[in-house]
Formats: sequence, C-alpha cells, structure tokens
Amino acid sequence: MTEIFDLITVGLFASAIRMATPIAFAALGGIFSERAGIINIGLEGMMLTCAFGAVATTHFLGNPWLGVFAALLIGGLLGLLHGLITIKFVGNQIVSGTGINILALGLTAYMSQIIWGSRGASDAVQGIDPISIPILKDIPIIGDIIGVHSPLVYILIIAVVISYIILFKTPFGLRIRAVGEHPAAADTAGVNVFKTKYYCLIISGMLAGLGGAFLSLGHLNLFAWGMTGGRGFIALAAMIFGGWMPLGAFGASLLFGFSDALQMRLQTLGILPPQIILTIPYILTIVVLAGVIGRVTPPSDYKPYKRE
Amino acid sequence: MTFVIEMKDITVTFPSVVANDKINFSLQKGEIHGLLGENGAGKSVLMKTLYGMHRPDSGQIFVNGNEEKIDNPSTAINLGIGMVHQHFMLVPHLTVSENIVLGKEPTTNRIFLDTKKILRDLSVFCDKYNLDVDLGSTIYTLPVGMQQRVEILKALYRGADILILDEPTSVLTPQEAEELFKALEALKSQGKTIVFISHKLKEVLKICDNITVLRKGKVIGTLKASETNQNELAKMMVGRKVRLSYNKEEKIANKIILRIENLEAINNLGISGLKGVNLNVKTSEILGIAGVQGNGQTELVEVITGLRKATEGRVILNSEDITGKSPKDRLKMGISHIPEDRQQRGLISDFSVMENLILGSQDLPPFSKDKIRINFTKVAHFAKKLICDFSIKTPNKDTQVRYLSGGTQQKVVVAREFSRKPKLIIADQPTRGLDVGATEYVHNKLIEMREQGSAIILLSADLDEIWKLSDRIAVIFEGKIVAIKDPKKTDKREIGLLMAGVNPEKE
Amino acid sequence: MLILKKNDLNLTGVLQKGLETFKVELKKIVPQLIAIFIALLVGSMVLLATGFSPIEAYGALLLGAFGDIYGIGQTLTQATPIIFTSLAFLFAFKAGLFNIGAEGQFLVGALAAAIVGIFFNGLPNIVHISLALLAGAFFGGLYAFIPAILKTKLGAHEVITTMMLTYVAIYLTGYLVTDIFKAPGWVSQTPLISPTAELPRILPPTQLSASIFLGIILVFLTYYTLQKTVLGYEIRAIGLNPLAAENGGINVKKGLILALVISGALAGIGGAGEILGVHKRFIDGFSPGYGWDGLAVALIGGLNPFGAFLAALLIGILRSGGMTMNRVTGVPIDIVTILQALVILFVAAPVFIKYLIRRGKKI
Repeated sequence: MTEIFDLITVGLFASAIRMATPIAFAALGGIFSERAGIINIGLEGMMLTCAFGAVATTHFLGNPWLGVFAALLIGGLLGLLHGLITIKFVGNQIVSGTGINILALGLTAYMSQIIWGSRGASDAVQGIDPISIPILKDIPIIGDIIGVHSPLVYILIIAVVISYIILFKTPFGLRIRAVGEHPAAADTAGVNVFKTKYYCLIISGMLAGLGGAFLSLGHLNLFAWGMTGGRGFIALAAMIFGGWMPLGAFGASLLFGFSDALQMRLQTLGILPPQIILTIPYILTIVVLAGVIGRVTPPSDYKPYKRE
Repeated sequence: MTFVIEMKDITVTFPSVVANDKINFSLQKGEIHGLLGENGAGKSVLMKTLYGMHRPDSGQIFVNGNEEKIDNPSTAINLGIGMVHQHFMLVPHLTVSENIVLGKEPTTNRIFLDTKKILRDLSVFCDKYNLDVDLGSTIYTLPVGMQQRVEILKALYRGADILILDEPTSVLTPQEAEELFKALEALKSQGKTIVFISHKLKEVLKICDNITVLRKGKVIGTLKASETNQNELAKMMVGRKVRLSYNKEEKIANKIILRIENLEAINNLGISGLKGVNLNVKTSEILGIAGVQGNGQTELVEVITGLRKATEGRVILNSEDITGKSPKDRLKMGISHIPEDRQQRGLISDFSVMENLILGSQDLPPFSKDKIRINFTKVAHFAKKLICDFSIKTPNKDTQVRYLSGGTQQKVVVAREFSRKPKLIIADQPTRGLDVGATEYVHNKLIEMREQGSAIILLSADLDEIWKLSDRIAVIFEGKIVAIKDPKKTDKREIGLLMAGVNPEKE
Repeated sequence: MLILKKNDLNLTGVLQKGLETFKVELKKIVPQLIAIFIALLVGSMVLLATGFSPIEAYGALLLGAFGDIYGIGQTLTQATPIIFTSLAFLFAFKAGLFNIGAEGQFLVGALAAAIVGIFFNGLPNIVHISLALLAGAFFGGLYAFIPAILKTKLGAHEVITTMMLTYVAIYLTGYLVTDIFKAPGWVSQTPLISPTAELPRILPPTQLSASIFLGIILVFLTYYTLQKTVLGYEIRAIGLNPLAAENGGINVKKGLILALVISGALAGIGGAGEILGVHKRFIDGFSPGYGWDGLAVALIGGLNPFGAFLAALLIGILRSGGMTMNRVTGVPIDIVTILQALVILFVAAPVFIKYLIRRGKKI
C-alpha cells in the first residue's frame, strides 16, 4: 500500500503537466470551434496528422521548430477543410469530423510506410529540448514541477491566457461568441458570420496541431501509429468540463494529464494488470462527463447558419 | 417634398412565390409610415430588402436621391437604415452594451474592447433618446419590452435615421405598446423617419402619418391616416369583407370537464412558472387565456398536456386525476394539443403528410392491432380521408410536410388533432403566421369542435382573436390566473391592465 | 409489405417483394456513387504522388478481390462483419444518435459468444449456435446500454462515451483473454469453441461462413423494423424531431435507449458471427477495426440498410483486394482507409455533390 504513496512525487506532477499539454492544446482548439458554433470531433485526427507532419518535416529539414511550424500549417488546413465541409457545403459536423479522423489514421500510416518503410513507427528525429525558466526553477517543489519543461508547455500556458483575452476582451472574441450563440443577430449587426467561423476553425486546427507536435516532438521524438490514443476526444470532455473557458479547460486537462501520469506509474507497481490500468483515463473521462453535463450549458446550438 | 427613401419597381421572388411584385414605395423625412397587410402580404420582405437581407430580382432603391445597391445589412446600416426585427436579434448571454456595440465596437489600440468608452457613449445615448435601460444586464434576464428598447438603441447607435420596426407590438401589452408609441413620437420629433410594419389596423391608424397597404405582394394604395378608416383599410388588406365576429350558439347546461387546482410548476430557468393556478373548463366552451408571453402560459400548457411535471396541485379530467399521467395517456384520454410552434413541436417536417397525420396514434387501433406492426393500408385510407375532409392542399399524401405552406401545415396539425374527436383541445397561438383565409378556417373549425362538445383552451397574443372566439376570458399574470371575465362585460383596456398586473378597480 | 401470415409462408412472394424493395431503395444512392467515384479519383492522385501507378494498383486490387475463389471468398468474408456494424451505426443514427462505439460492442459480443461457445458442451448445433449468437447480441446491447443511460439521464454525448468505452472494451477483452480465459500457449486468445457452436463454412476452401446469411436477414429485418413497425416509426420520429415526437406522446428517452441498445446488439451479434464462423475462438486484436468500417459503410450506403449491404461489399472488395494489391505492387494497405475517409468526407457534403452535378450539367 505504501508503494502507492511512493508514487506521489514531484516527478508525478511534472509528468502530469507534460501529459496534459496535448490535451489542453486540443481543448483550446475545441473551445474556439464550439464557441463559434461548430462541433469539432476531428480534433483527434488533426492532432494525429500534425504529430506526423511535425516528425516528417523534422526528418527532411532537420529542424524540429520547422516541424512545429508544419504542424501549425497542416492543422490550419485541416481546420479549413472541416470548415469547407460544414459551412460552405452544410455537411454534418460529426460526420465531417469522423471523416477527418479516419483520414488521419489512413494517411499517416500510409505516408509512414512510404517514408520509413514501417506503418507502425517512424525513425527517431531531432526533438525539442526542454528549457528551464531561470527564477522559477529555483523555487522549492513548485520549481521542480513547473520550472523545467519543453518550450511547448510554456507556449501552452501563454496560449491559454491569450485565448481568454481574445475571447473576452477583444471585438473579435465578442463576435465569435455572438456568432456561436445567435448567428442571425451577429449577421444583422453586420458581422461576417461565415468568415468568423472559418477563422475559428483554422485557429482550432492550429491549436490541435500544436498539441500533436508536442505529442511527437515533445518527448518521444518519433511518430507511432495512432499515437493520439483518443486524446482528441478526451480534450472534448476537458473542454466541456471546463465550461468552454480556456482556464477551465486547462484545469480539466491537468486532471486528465494527472490520471495519465498516474496510470503510467501504476504500471510499474504491478498491482493491477496493465490493460486495466490503461482504461483509467477513458473511464475517468466518462465519469467526468457524466458528472458535469447538465450543469454547464454549451455556447451554441451548433445549427448551420442559413440566410433566409 | 424630399423623399428620403424611394423604392421603385421592386420585385423579389422566392422558389414558390412572388413576395414583392413591382412595388413602389417612398418615405418622406420625419414621417411615421405604416406598412399594413396581412400575414404573407410581403411587408417584411420589402423592408428586409431595403435592409439588405434580400436582393431584389429587379428594381431600384434610392437613398436621399442617390441610387444604392444594398447587398447586406452593413451597407444599409452605413446608409442610415436600421431595423428592429419581429424576432429579436439579440444574443441572450451577452450584455445590453455588448449587444448594442456588436459589429461596431470601439477599441483601444484597435485590439481591445474599450469598455469605458462603451459605457460612456451608451449612457449619453440613452439620455438623448429617453430610452432607459440597464447597460450591464444580460439580455435573457430582461423583459420583452426592455429587450425591444435595446434593439431600438442598437439601430440608433449605428446612426440610423430611418428606423424600420417589424410587428413591434406583437409581444407587448397594450400599456407597453403605449410607451413604445410615445418613444416613437419622441424619435420623430428628433427628425427620425419610421416605418411601422403591422397587420393591426387600429394601431397603424393611431400612430402613423401615412399608410401603405400591401396585398399578395402588390401595393394596393397609400393613404394619409387622417383620411381613412378601419373598414376601408381592412377591405384594401383583404380584398373582400372581413369577418369581424363569429356567430356562436349560446351553450347552456354544459359540465366542467377540466379542473385545475392550485397548480404550481417550475420553468426551465428554475424560476417558479406557475404559482397556484385554479381554472375550470366546461364542455362546449372556448376559454381564452390572455397574457403577455412569459407569464406562465407555456408552463400551463405543458402541465396540462403532460410535458412538464407539476410541483404542486392537481389536474383533473372528467373526475379523474391525471396529474401523474404521461402525455401518451392523456392523448388517449382525449386531450389534443395544437402547439405554439407547429414546425418545432407540431410536425415532423421530413415525414410525409400521411405519417404526420398518425403521429400519436401510430400504435393504436386501427393502425396497429398488436402495437408492433403498422398497417399502412389503413393509414393511407385514413390520410386520404382527412386530406379530403380538411381540404389539405398537398400534391399527395406522401409529400413531405416541409414543402407545404404555413397554412396548409397548420391544417395538417388541426386535422390530426381534431379527427380524434377530443374532449379537450389546447390551441396555443393557432393562427400565428397564417393569412386571413387560413385563420378563418381555423377559427371555424374551433367553433365546430365547440358545437360538437369539445372544451377548448385558447391561448393567443391577439386580443381580437380572443374576443372573437371566447365564451370566457381568463387573464394570466406571473403564474396565476388573476381574473376570469365575460367578454361581453369587459373591454380591451381592462384586460390589458390585468395582463400587466394592474388591478383595474383601483385605477 | 412483409406480412408473415400464421398458416401460410409465401416464400416466393416474400422474395419478390424483397427484391422490389431492394431496387427502389437503390435508386436513392446516386450521390454516394458519385462520392465513391471522386474518392477513387483523389486516391489515384495520392498514389501517383507517392510513386505508384493507380492503374496497376486498382487493377491488382480488383484481381485480388475477384480473381479466384479465394478472392471472392475473402471479399465476402471481409464484408460480413461490416454488414452488422454498419446496420448498428445506421439504426442508432435513425434515432439521431452517433454510435461510434460499434467496435467496442462488436468485441464485447464476440467475447461473450466465444465464452458460450467454449463452456457448453453436448448441445445440439442449432441450440448452441443460437445461444452463442444471443449472448453476443445481449452483451453487445448491454454494453451500449451504458452510454444510453448516460445520455438520457445525464445528457452525456454518446460520441464521447461510446468512443471511450471502445478503448475500454479493447483493453478489457485483451485482459480477459490474456488472463482469465486464456488458452495455454503464448498467444493472447481463448481456447477453441466447441464444434457444436461453429457456424458452417459455406464456400470451402475459403473462410466464408453462414454468418453472411444472418447478415442479409438482418438487413431485411432492419428495413422492415424501421419502415413498417411502431418502434421504427417512433425511432425515426425521435431522430427527425424529438420535440414533435414528445408532443405526439412518444417516450423519447425510452426510444433513444432502445435504439442504442438494439444498435449495440446488432454489432454484438456481428462479433459473435465472426467468432463462430471464421475464427472459432477469440483472439486479442482479431478485429482490424470492423466497427469503424461499419460507420463508413453506413454513410456510404446512404444510411439505408440495402445501401449499407452494398457498401459493405465494396469495402470487402477494398480490403481483400487491398491485401493482394499490397503484395503485388507494394502499395501500403492504408490506401483503403484513405479511400474510405475520402468517401465519408464527400458524402458528408451533400451540397458539394449537388454542386458538382450542377456544374457537370452545365458543361
């Protein structure tokens, strides 16, 4: 029994933040999309494709930051695709997202085979080294937890803050919220509803892309088939749990990150069979979702907007 | 005489109808101009075209003498045209000030919202136009009259010199309507031009300087309000004599079929919707319920039909306590419901006419003997009969209901609900959005069911309709029935006061 | 109308009616056919871009799928489980639900059938098979009951819950066959099911089993249920307009639960059929994603049971032909997944298809 308490170390919490990062990026992406009135089930696929794209770009160009840039580009394009299907062609949002997910699985495995001859995993590439923040890292305990991380983790924190500012302190954010909740009102007020939705989906894809880039380049330094493992969906739960607010989604992601980190360490203890431990994050997601729904209202009814 | 707006030969067509047919319409500066016509005459479409929400197929628009192409609301707004829609275009979870500045937000450094400036500017505005409103409150918490003010402020904030109001009094009490008229007079004195779209003759005569009447997409005529009267306008609107009243037989010796005792219920916002309602309805009676939207009508209908649980009190049908019964049971016991929103609750638009006609009876004989299989031969027979009996204008029984006109759709609902020979009918805004022909049809059917012994609860925002049909009029205010009156012994003023919560005796 | 009268089973009449309905429903899937064509076109571009000849690749694919008895057998065998999972997705969709967890329900049903197949002995064939199939349906349905309750009582969106439960099912069944139900040896699998539980092979020497007949029966049954029964009417009403359905006295919550449970049962019975007919035991990871294919197939088939059947055959062709294509031309098998995804995306945008048709007419 005491072994479990041995698990609770500074390393666990630092690991939790690392595990939370991809989920949080995707959750932020989800927020922008849903606040503008479009469900983005395709976060999973966007993350996966960008995780691949980041590794592939680094493989060919040698610089992991170019890989991150590629992830932003690919994510934005996928967001645009989702937008084209759901806005211009009034397609079903969930079907479009699912299509993107399946496309991601197929495309990444296919290209993986073409480039590295293996559809299971790529070769290792140059990764992004962690950095340490000077004063922060010297604070006892807290410093060990948040002082040394991949730069993408710090980018995430900045992204959370910027997302909040954009949504609630700028005209653009005001328009996003209006477009999501009552597109007709926004339209008659002179806001370009369709452009706003497109921008939000592109942002959504880019954020998911950053999450994917962190997943592959952040510590494994390679791409593995299906490596997102449902995180895109967990991100949706985090978004809902966080009340479609950037800070809330970040907090919820930390919770899921914690369970992920815990699950990995529990494996080493061997008290429970590994497969059972692996189910923990997924069951946690269901429990969270079940407990929270009904107490939070979504920001939109997600109906496609048609001018009469 | 300078025309601030001239619309020449405007034609707007939709897939199945010509909404505006070579319309010529002009506005003088500083007038209140009424645009009168029945539902579907094309008034809204014409003004929405002026506001850039529709593109005319042909015709020209001149603003202050210059020809303009108005492709979207932004252009219209820039030209000084503002519109207050029938269904408010306000974002419920944003504040008053956020809604007003949406689309034209003042910023610091072009990045951040300048909240201080917003508050400052808007306060000045409210003072200038004498429109008092709490800038920080969230829209969904405001009463309807207040929300309308926000809409007007929105238009003024964008520099509207021409204000279009689309059926503005449809959601107001008579008293709130008075306040609106005062506000409009004030705006007129400040040099604003106002278009008042309505189908209510009396109001239009009262407030407008000039009136243009539309019928079936064409202009019938433009008159000075002072030079015409109700009958002339009504004739122009409809092209024939309008029934202003119905002949109802006096029914005596009818019994109470529905008893509602001390009913309490909570609405969707968690607030008390019904606070102790007591009501009786008799066979062969139409009980009209008058009240401003949001005073508990919705909850009352939901509790009677079984869609909402009461927290206190009982509903008794024919001496049987049905308070705990499901909507299905109540349907079987003889309660029929014409819902307020036929497209949302009354019909399944992708189902055919035939499939819609059996909604509610799909598992009952003669359509299903074992509750498992449906005998579609019998269903088809039934559908054909109803289509004939109720003159439902449809290509055939398999046409999807979404392709039918509003009036025809309502006929499908009415046919379905009345063919069950119900003991109790709840008719909730049964003629909303229907033209005069369809409205008359529904009214006649209701009276027919009354003659046949049904008890009818009629909810309507149209006091004229309530007067025409009701044997008794109940007024609902803040979740309680505050009065029940004989229509012959009361008038609109008294009912209007009761609707607003004022006790007329004290006046 | 399929009315099975008590005393006389008019078999030829039923078959005739069946074929007629089949033909009528097929006419509705033209947009899907166009989507498939465009997807193949885009697929060829991907092949070209990565250095393969589309003609060679598609040629090898078709040869693999139809070239010989093995090919045909493999095509039909690959199509069979997908028939079930596509019906599962379709049925839930008619009620307005997105059951993307058919894979999980499939696995749970498969394991349940395997266990029943292993542990009962000496039963007559029909009884044992029926029991195993019922177990598959029951546990598949039960597994879908969880997200059903979560949705109706708590409002939890079934897309997320069914997705999560699929991961749980994969790990849970994996654990059970690595630990409790494991056969001796080092493969994570159960012992063989008893011979009395086996579904007969119908096209030796291929793996094709009688499960496909079960699938075809279920296609007709699904159509009949949706179009001719009270349950079907109510489910469709709920899916199209739950508020109006509620107003018409329909118990929406009950309908949603039934729809999702039946959906899970369909997937579960598919899993059972796969075990009893093809594998004869539950092997960890035996499903290459039949649940996901089911989703694609249901959409490609225009959300119509007969279309789904045809689309399942199409995917069967792609999968079995894909293996040959991979062997002969070296094209990674994942091109099949890519094609599937492309069809889904094009099918998701019906307006796009109409737009193309209009453009096509103008040329």
